[in-house]
Amino acid sequence: MAKRTTSLPTAGVGVFRTKRDRRIGLALTLPSLALFLLFTYYPFFKNFQLALYRAAPFPTLPNKFVGPSQFFSIFSDAQFWDSVRSTVIFVGLVVPIGVFLGLLMAVAAHQRLKGIRVYRTIFSSTVVSSAAVAAVVFSTLLSPVSGYLPSIGIHAPDITSSSTWAMPMVAIVSAWQFVGLAFIILTAGLQSLPDDLLEASRVDGASSWTRFWRIILPLLSPTVFFTLIVGVIYGLQSFGQIDIMIGTQNSTFTHTNVLIYAIYRFIHVSADPGMAASYSIALFFITLVVTLIQFRILEKRVHYGQ
Amino acid sequence: MSDLLLFRNNADFTKTLNFKMPASRYGITDGSGLERCFMSKVEFRNVNKSFGDNQVLTNFELSVDDGEFLVLLGPSGCGKTTALRILAGLENVSSGSVHIGDREVTSEEPKDRDIAMVFQSYALYPHMTVRKNVEFPLRNAGVSKDEIKSRVDQALQTVGLSDLGDRKPGQLSGGQRQRVALARAIVRRPKVFLMDEPLSNLDATLRQQTRADIAALQRTLGTTTLYVTHDQVEAMTMGTRIAVMYQGKLQQVGAPTDLYHRPANAFVASFLGNPGMNLIRGSVQGGAVRVAGSVVSTTNLADRSDVTIGVRAEDLRIGDAGFACEVVIVEDLGSEVHVVCQSAESDRIVIRQLSATTRPTVGQTVHLAIDGATHLFDAMTGERCEG
Repeated sequence: MAKRTTSLPTAGVGVFRTKRDRRIGLALTLPSLALFLLFTYYPFFKNFQLALYRAAPFPTLPNKFVGPSQFFSIFSDAQFWDSVRSTVIFVGLVVPIGVFLGLLMAVAAHQRLKGIRVYRTIFSSTVVSSAAVAAVVFSTLLSPVSGYLPSIGIHAPDITSSSTWAMPMVAIVSAWQFVGLAFIILTAGLQSLPDDLLEASRVDGASSWTRFWRIILPLLSPTVFFTLIVGVIYGLQSFGQIDIMIGTQNSTFTHTNVLIYAIYRFIHVSADPGMAASYSIALFFITLVVTLIQFRILEKRVHYGQ
Repeated sequence: MSDLLLFRNNADFTKTLNFKMPASRYGITDGSGLERCFMSKVEFRNVNKSFGDNQVLTNFELSVDDGEFLVLLGPSGCGKTTALRILAGLENVSSGSVHIGDREVTSEEPKDRDIAMVFQSYALYPHMTVRKNVEFPLRNAGVSKDEIKSRVDQALQTVGLSDLGDRKPGQLSGGQRQRVALARAIVRRPKVFLMDEPLSNLDATLRQQTRADIAALQRTLGTTTLYVTHDQVEAMTMGTRIAVMYQGKLQQVGAPTDLYHRPANAFVASFLGNPGMNLIRGSVQGGAVRVAGSVVSTTNLADRSDVTIGVRAEDLRIGDAGFACEVVIVEDLGSEVHVVCQSAESDRIVIRQLSATTRPTVGQTVHLAIDGATHLFDAMTGERCEG
C-alpha cells in the first residue's frame, strides 16, 4: 500500500492528522474557550443557582434556599408585569424606528452620488458613540433649564419628568443609537445584492418605488430579518440610556422600568440578587421565545434567493 | 432530454410561433402569416466611453438595421458589453450619442428606451415565480390583467415553459432559466433585443441547440437584435452581420462569410475561425510571397521586406516542399487532427488534417506549403494589404 504523503486536510476528523495537530488546535481554542466559560457560561448557570435563594433581610445573615418558588412568584407580581409592559413598549418603539430609519438611510446611501462616503460615515457614526454619551448629549439638548432648546428660545417641558414622554424619549435615544448598527448591516446587505437584478428591473421599466418594494426589499429580507433579531435583542438589553436619562430617583422611572433596569434595581437598590436572578431568567426566556417566534413567523416571508 | 430543448428544429419553432401568436398582437405582419414585433434601427454615433483613465470605447460608430441580428464580437475587455450597456441606458456615454429609431436616447432612462435585455446571468428575480418574472415588465408598463395573462401564456408557450410557470428560478435548470429570460424579453414586444452572452452559462450541447432557437426566434419576430459574445462560433452561426471589436475600437463590420474570407486586419483574421487564421512573417519579392526563402504564393503587391501572411489551417499542407517548421503538438479531435507547429516565422502555426492522413510526430521537422487563399497584412499596422 502506498504511503500517504499528502498534507492537505480532509473533511471531518481527518483535519487533525496527528496528536500534535490536535494539541495545537486545542491550545489555539483555549483562550476563547476560557473567556466563554468565565464570562458567559459560568454567569449563566450561576444565575440559575442564585434564583434558588431568597435574600436575607440583613446582609450579615445567610440567604435562604427557597427552590424555584421564588422564580414562579414573579409571575404573580404586578411590578414584573409592569416591567414586561414597559419592555414591550420600549422594544416596540426602538426596533421599528431603528430598522425603518436604518433601511431608509442605507437605501439613500446606496446611490452612486458624489461625496456619498461622507454620508455613510455620518449615518453609521451613532454605533460608535456609547450609550452614556448619547444619553448625556440628548439630556443636555432637551434640558428645560440648561439645554440647547431654551438657548434658542424653545421652552419645552422637562420630558424626562413626564410620565407620558419619558419612555418615548428614552426609546428615541436608543433608536438613534441602533440606527447606526442597522444602517451598517443593511448597507452590507444592499451591497451584496446582485447588480444585474437591479439593472434588469430598470430595463423592465420598474420605477424606483416598484424597484424598492418588489425587488430590493424581498432580496434584502434575510438581512432585514437579521437586523430585526439583533434589534430586539439590543432593545431587550438596553440599560445605560434609561439609567442616565431617567435614573432611580426620578418619579417617572416606573414608566421606564424595563426588565433589564428592574434587574439592576434589585441588585443595587434592593440588594436582592435572588429576585434579580429570577427576573434575568424570565428575560432570558422572553428573549428566547421572541427570537423563536420571529424565526417561525418572519422567516416565512424571507427570500433566500436561489 | 427533450424538455431541455426549445424546439427540435426551426420548422417546429416557426409553426409554434405561427400558431400561438395572433398577428394583431405583434404589430406587423409580413404577409406570410408570421407575426413580427415592432423594430427599429439602432445607431451609435461617435461614442466614447472612459472609466477614469481607462478608455473603453473610442470613436465607436455602429449602425444596426431594422430587424437585423447583429453580433458584437470580441475578446474579454474589448468594450462590447459596455457598448451594449450604453445602448440599454445602464451606462452613460462620455461623449457621442445613441439613437433608436428616429429618436436620440442617449440620456433617456432604460425604461423609456423600449428595449429588452437578456443578461449573461439571466438576472431572474429569485423570489418570483417564472410567471411573475415574465409578467414583471408588463405590470410596470400598466398593461391590463387580461392582456398580461394572455401575453405571458404566449411567451411561456413560445419558449416551451407553459408547465413551469409556478416554479421559482432556483427550481429550474440552466437551460430553463435561460428560456425564462428570453420569455421575459419577448413578452414586452420591444423595439430592440439586447443579449449579453446569454449562452455562456450553458453546456456545449444545450448551447448549440439554443443558438439555433434564438436565431430562429429573432428571424420570426424580426426584432432588431444586438447580441454580444466572445464566442466566434456563435457569431458566425447566428448573426446577419458581425461587428468585431478590439481594445474599444470597431475592427470590421460585415456578413460572417465576408469577415471570414476577407478579414480587414490581422486581428480579425486571427480571431475568427476555429482555429483562427495562422499569421506568418514573410516578404514579397517580384510578385512572389516568400516565407523563409520559400515561395508560398503569388501576389500583385509591390515588393515588401516584411509582411504578415495569413493562411487558414485548412489551406496548409504538409509535404516535401515549402518552409520548414517543427511539430510541437498533435491534437486528435476525432474527425480531424490539428498539427501545431513552430518556426522562426511564427510561434504557432496550426494545420488541419483529416484523421486518415498520415500524422507527423511531435518534434518532427515538416515542410508546409499553402494550398488555398493567402491574405497579406501590413507587418506594422496589421491592416490588410490590397493588391
